[in-house]
Amino acid sequence: MSQPSQPSDPSPASPATSAPLSPASLVYAGTGDYIAAPELMQTVNVAVQLSRPLLIKGEPGTGKTMLALSIAQGLQVPLITWSIKSTTKAQDGLYVYDTVQRLYDGQFGEGDVADIARYIKLGKLGEAFASPERVVLLIDEIDKADLEFPNDLLWELDRMEFYIPETHENVAAVHRPIVLITSNAEKELPDAFLRRCVFHFIEFPGEAMMERIVRVHVPDLDRTLLDMAIEAFYWVREISGLQKRPSTSELIDWVQVLAGGGVPPKEIRRRLPFMGVLLKKDRDVELAVKALERNRR
Amino acid sequence: MFTRFFFLLRAYGVPVTVTEWLALMRALAAGLALNDLDRFYSLARAVLVKSEAFFDQYDQAFLAAFGGIETPAEIADEVWEWFKDPLAFPGLTEEERRRLVEALGEVDLDELRRLFEERLAEQTEAHHGGSRWVGTGGTSPFGHGGVHPGGIRVGGRSRSRTAVKVAAERRYRGYRTDVEVGTRQFELALRRLRQLSSRNESLPDELDLDETIEETADNAGRLSLVWRKSRKNAVKVLLLMDVGGSMDRYATLCSNLFTAANRSTHFKDLRFSYFHNCVYDWLYTDARLVNRSAVATNHVLHELPADYKLILVGDAAMAHSELVSRYGIIWWGEMNEEPGIEWLRRLRRHFDHSVWLNTIPADEWDRAYGAGTIRLVRDVFPMYELTVDGLTAAVKKLMVRY
Repeated sequence: MSQPSQPSDPSPASPATSAPLSPASLVYAGTGDYIAAPELMQTVNVAVQLSRPLLIKGEPGTGKTMLALSIAQGLQVPLITWSIKSTTKAQDGLYVYDTVQRLYDGQFGEGDVADIARYIKLGKLGEAFASPERVVLLIDEIDKADLEFPNDLLWELDRMEFYIPETHENVAAVHRPIVLITSNAEKELPDAFLRRCVFHFIEFPGEAMMERIVRVHVPDLDRTLLDMAIEAFYWVREISGLQKRPSTSELIDWVQVLAGGGVPPKEIRRRLPFMGVLLKKDRDVELAVKALERNRR
Repeated sequence: MFTRFFFLLRAYGVPVTVTEWLALMRALAAGLALNDLDRFYSLARAVLVKSEAFFDQYDQAFLAAFGGIETPAEIADEVWEWFKDPLAFPGLTEEERRRLVEALGEVDLDELRRLFEERLAEQTEAHHGGSRWVGTGGTSPFGHGGVHPGGIRVGGRSRSRTAVKVAAERRYRGYRTDVEVGTRQFELALRRLRQLSSRNESLPDELDLDETIEETADNAGRLSLVWRKSRKNAVKVLLLMDVGGSMDRYATLCSNLFTAANRSTHFKDLRFSYFHNCVYDWLYTDARLVNRSAVATNHVLHELPADYKLILVGDAAMAHSELVSRYGIIWWGEMNEEPGIEWLRRLRRHFDHSVWLNTIPADEWDRAYGAGTIRLVRDVFPMYELTVDGLTAAVKKLMVRY
């Protein structure tokens, strides 16, 4: 059972393989308020050129959603955002047929009930396809949705079109939208879906960058304390075998607890006070304690 | 050398498919990276590798393939060698070959070639003799020699080293260990554990068309909407896991199953408890089996109705006495008045559906340590190995009455 229930998986022969290349004039070069790494810029351009969705993965707070905004600004095209929730279905992105409104209108004789198109409301994906100009479509946090969700969109994202049986209408993209998909890696995505994407992983920020991030959230912090906390934080992240490595938000909580608890900065690295704020799993705490003991010897 | 990269990637464990490889070819043909090995490094990675968990393997494969390369021109030649006869690509399975033929039917090779040569021309003109491309011109099998017949590499700093250096740094080593690979498949298997029922506590949220027509007709044509509850999964699950001792070596496997079950939001109810080696009078809600987390097994049986689906996870390998003897429990100071096997039978009788997932592979059950107790446990519970296939079979078993 390697790939169960893939509705339509035309694999290498998929239309995306032969999709037309975008005009070379669309080149993203970053914008003033968002400094993209050269590698990221290149990957964006590769995805645009190949007309493939760009999958952006990275820990929370690494600027995934901001990137979409920046691409839209940089290329001077509108941005359409589709935020995914755990209850979102693929169909929601295409269109919704408002039967109830139509029944009521029929009852009270309002509007032209015979015109079904009046009751078809396009979803975000539909909007992006129907737009007369090229747009950037952001599918935000795709991993929040149901397991099968990405598979349900394979056909539509490949062909950039879908059919509305109620009105016998075909909604096809006038210009293939630039599709950006973000994921926090809460769930693994299906292989068939991944094969079609261009992938970029935004790396975890380095120490200098991290200091700036923490400063934004907690402005008035003792300098030594912050330095020590960050040093200890990266040390903890390096402990091998952790099930869940602490991320930015945990560090921000931790420095606040440290500052509030009046812990002398020198003690931080030696004892890791309030370790529970950083590590959420029992096994991880045990590993950290062992690593501390090894260190002291 | 270029096709070797593909096989090196696979050999290092990066799951690259022919679809992605073709996409890379298209990108290269469109001139997205050929003149720069740095860009080739990140381009190929963006197109071929879909998880940071494989970045390290990618780096290693890259190093092995291009470690000694001076210019990417050599890559260009290789790409076209490949395009000349794509089916000579060695090591493909029949299925892949068939798909490749299909795919290539759609890729217009002449068009690609035209594009490629256009870019090549643009590039050489733009760089006006400073590019390595000049060198390729003369030796390329496509005879783009008109631009610079000499075929000499004229200056231009080779930046190829940096990509190789980046690869050699192996910066992504850390991402290998902490990414769980395989939970998705467990999740998909667990997902089949589903019995839809509209008898649930949710609010009516679906339009019942038949009833609406009926009611409206009764109402002399005045619209009367009837709503019904949407169908939800009614399956409830009790997961009992063996921890400690011989189970330690399966910790990752069990943790994957645990994660998968935990993420399966579709169950109506999901309970976890732990035991060590065999179930006796007490179960534990904490995996460390501390006393304050103990719950009487009888209490659990009393509390949970028979329609909970019971999944036991363990190796079922223990000392004979632990299973069949009174006071057989392995812990000092604990006394079990009834042998473990009686408790197992009681669980089996209480729940309508139950299975045992064994962490030991099925083909070793007869000769592994504990083969005797495995056999006894198998007499009580239908047993499956804890693999994706085993879990799928077990889930099937849980859906039908024995």
